[in-house]
Amino acid sequence: MNMRVKGERAFKVVGTRPPRPDGVDKVIGRALYGADVSAPGMLTGHILRSPHAHAEIVSIDTSAAEALPGVKAVITSGDFGVPEDSALRDVQDHCMARGKVLYDGHAVAAVAATSPAVAKAALKLIKVEYRKLPHVTDVDEAMKPDAPVVQSGLVHETVAPGFSENVTSYCEFGHGDLEAGFAKADRIIERSFTTAATHQGYIEPHACLASMNADGKADLWCCTQGHYHVRAVCSAILGMEASQLKVTASEIGGGFGGKTTVFIEPVALALSRKSGRPVKMVMSRDEVFRATGPTVATSTDVKIGMTKDGRITAAEARLRYSGGAFPCGTVEMGAQAAFAPYDLDAVRTYGWNVLTNRPKEASYRAPGAPQAIYAVESVVDELCLELGLDPLDVRVKNAAQKGTLSSYGPTFDDIGLMATLEAAKAHPHWSAPLGPNQGRGFSAGFWFNFGGNTCVTLNINTDGTVSVTEGNPDIGGSRASISQMAAEELGVPYEKVRTVIGDTTSIGHSDITDGSRVTFAVGLATIKAARDAIQKMCSRVAQIWGIDEEAVVWEDGYVKPASPNAGDFKPMSIEEIAAISFQTGGPIAGHHEVNAEGAGVSFGVHIADVEVDPETGATKVLRYTVFQDAGKAVHPDYVEGQMQGGAAQGIGWALNEEYIYGEDGRLQNPGFLDYRVPVASDLPRIEPVILEIPNPGHPYGVRGVGETSIVPPLAALSNAVSRALGVRMTRLPMSPPTILKAVSAAGV
Amino acid sequence: MRYEKPESTAEAVRLLANEAGLARVLAGGTDLLVQMKSGMVEPDLVVDIKQIAGMRTVTPEAGGFRIGAAVSGAELGENAEVVAQWPGVVEGFNLIGSTQVQGRCTMAGNLCNASPAGDAVPSLVAANATARVAGPNGERDVTIEQIPVGPGRISLAKGEFITSIFLPARPARSSDAYLRFIPRTEMDIAVASAAVNLTLGEDGTVTAARVAVGAVAPTVRLVEPAAQALIGTKLDEDALAALAAACSAAANPINDKRGTIEYRTHVVGVLAKRAALIAYERAGGRK
Repeated sequence: MNMRVKGERAFKVVGTRPPRPDGVDKVIGRALYGADVSAPGMLTGHILRSPHAHAEIVSIDTSAAEALPGVKAVITSGDFGVPEDSALRDVQDHCMARGKVLYDGHAVAAVAATSPAVAKAALKLIKVEYRKLPHVTDVDEAMKPDAPVVQSGLVHETVAPGFSENVTSYCEFGHGDLEAGFAKADRIIERSFTTAATHQGYIEPHACLASMNADGKADLWCCTQGHYHVRAVCSAILGMEASQLKVTASEIGGGFGGKTTVFIEPVALALSRKSGRPVKMVMSRDEVFRATGPTVATSTDVKIGMTKDGRITAAEARLRYSGGAFPCGTVEMGAQAAFAPYDLDAVRTYGWNVLTNRPKEASYRAPGAPQAIYAVESVVDELCLELGLDPLDVRVKNAAQKGTLSSYGPTFDDIGLMATLEAAKAHPHWSAPLGPNQGRGFSAGFWFNFGGNTCVTLNINTDGTVSVTEGNPDIGGSRASISQMAAEELGVPYEKVRTVIGDTTSIGHSDITDGSRVTFAVGLATIKAARDAIQKMCSRVAQIWGIDEEAVVWEDGYVKPASPNAGDFKPMSIEEIAAISFQTGGPIAGHHEVNAEGAGVSFGVHIADVEVDPETGATKVLRYTVFQDAGKAVHPDYVEGQMQGGAAQGIGWALNEEYIYGEDGRLQNPGFLDYRVPVASDLPRIEPVILEIPNPGHPYGVRGVGETSIVPPLAALSNAVSRALGVRMTRLPMSPPTILKAVSAAGV
Repeated sequence: MRYEKPESTAEAVRLLANEAGLARVLAGGTDLLVQMKSGMVEPDLVVDIKQIAGMRTVTPEAGGFRIGAAVSGAELGENAEVVAQWPGVVEGFNLIGSTQVQGRCTMAGNLCNASPAGDAVPSLVAANATARVAGPNGERDVTIEQIPVGPGRISLAKGEFITSIFLPARPARSSDAYLRFIPRTEMDIAVASAAVNLTLGEDGTVTAARVAVGAVAPTVRLVEPAAQALIGTKLDEDALAALAAACSAAANPINDKRGTIEYRTHVVGVLAKRAALIAYERAGGRK
């Protein structure tokens, strides 16, 4: 078989903006989310949670709850085993406390009952005796040698002495001679920054329906970004073989990384196992805030040296991240990403992970990178101000390019940073005038992107239409993009293709929908699966025509004779080939499985204009523009949506969103009233500018676009506010009291 | 839990007075139902007052307006006469919650919820409004500032509930304004707030003033020295500075997740200045 593509690919379907296949169901309320399915005889599951930040569980008496009519099962950590694998043990212990509660809201017991009222009444009958322990929720406090120890025995050998046991791991990245680099600088600035933990704020709370039968087979329906991961973790915790647990991913009401792990799913399965009935669990918003996975809280020092003409001579960062009560590796991603946009001769980053009495961090869009790049881009901006340099010119002067040895090790291939910088410089936003109390901030951003394991089956139906089955929950319009790539490759209209997300029994393993990987990796596998189907169609036609496979060619959705020498045959369409497939060897399907590499890193730069009310500290975002390299934008609406969505969330982090802990270590704001996600009227129109620097690792040049957009807003906003006030802001969020305090401290 | 929907004030009073357990009055329910859902309160009796005559009407009375206890924010916002006379009262009331909440929430409910940050309350205090309270001993009229006694606590006795709120008649060249500070632009709770009610003389000099501040003390406060700072002036810089200083001096706030003592004390003065200028312009004053 030959693939005939003339010159540079002219896309027909990729790059257009067709309606998403899940759109109508979602608009009319028919889409089935996590809480939307029921089963005969179903029970409702509720969880009893710790009111303490840190306490030993002396005893749990569930007898009164068990005796309440309507209660069918009560479980505690004793109903689970103790996994040998430490990562799995952490997941399980986060779902149900074992021995100690490690944060406010930590689950200690669960009830399955015939109604929510009975379940709630039963929770009140469970008697838990706690012995309160000293707690720590602040990352810097937790590192001190005399800090209360959250969990002991977890310190990795890389950690130098002198810290408390809460410091569990250390990492270091970089190259070059820092001392020599700083010696060449005309100006060195060193500052410390902090960022608060934030929550993904997805509208749909975690929800699931679990049903385990007496024969050990189980079904689980849940909202998740990765049902194969849910299967792996839940089957291991429940001591089942993976094949006996079928997991179906529901439609998902937002994930942003927060639905990449399990919280209630193993609990629902255990309740179902114990009660012999299906069990549905739906978290309240309070539970979502207290006991799922927000981001790390961070504390970072950055030191950068620059020459008078804006060349960075040396740069270093010390990052202290806390991902809550369990070890996490997010600081490593921060330490790798911190200086990625720069081409540096001398750079070093050091990172420490720190335990605190907070829920275990989960991913949130580019985990670890926004906090690190916020600190770096703030110092670069301050150097520009002090040296009287244009912040965009300075980024251009130091920009990483193809061939740059990155600060974290790899040498960059084709990357789009310079293109985004040039686009920003040329955009009217950059030169628009500003009024009183207004400031303009700029920041670059970066994310690694990921490929990973993917399985795709593409069936040619007998009417010539196409069914694609893949294994990645659609959190950003990916079904549309996958259908577009299948249609593009097969030369059929978009409307002829339907992409569905299979359950764990209907297609092989797919990694979690994370790392901005789906359009890249599933798209790549879909294109390859389409090519597999094309090969089979060519083979069938060659067989019909009685000529060699080498003598047919695939072109524009038809099998044709490769040349006049091959014979005079009328080209056959997919419809014609499909219609007679039963006579030519049976159904036609393409398949592809891959551990995709070559995801291609992603850069974006943002410009933000703000106005700060000097009397109240209120910040209004006046104008916002995002420039990002998409490689190839398969569905530009959804690429723009990712760029705008990340910016909107980043603006929230920058201005008001934060986990606020009281002196008692309890979360003070577990709800959308006091955890302040921006509302629509808080945001200006966010203008997206898509750049397309093709990724050599994908047949169409696609790069992931989902995460980079949350990286620059923190520094873009902080730099804008700092310039508007004439005071350097060093902590997020920049809530109005924080801003007024900084202004009054500076005596402006 | 029992749910009752009486058709007379007397019947409502009898139900409330005779309940041995916890009784709650239901008007819009935008606080009560949320509190019940979250388990904060578990009443034994809920008395829905919406079927009682007069609860959902706005009636002109003695040159002012009598506003039934169950009149919603959306309804009052569409009453052109009340909006013209008391724009500050209506704008405070209309800031509560979302569009959906506005369809149900009530001023009397906001008052009886007794949050120091209630958006309907400072303007009512500044307006010198009164609440009519029905109870086992008949009816009485009470000034607004006498109703709340602390966060979540009110002065009403067992069996009593508010049946209406009265906005008095006012002279020519009078108006009012309300401002609150929230970190967002919508859907939030006041970190500090101020209401200013002014009457001007023919030359634009302030002849009467009432100033109330919210979210900076256990209850909404009427600030007499703030009013005195404005009377006899045309809101010159000195008068506004004195107003702000008086409001900040009257503030006795707490540190919490929504703001610091320092921040609230400062910002309440800023809000009072800005609200005074709006009220002045609405009353026909020219700066």
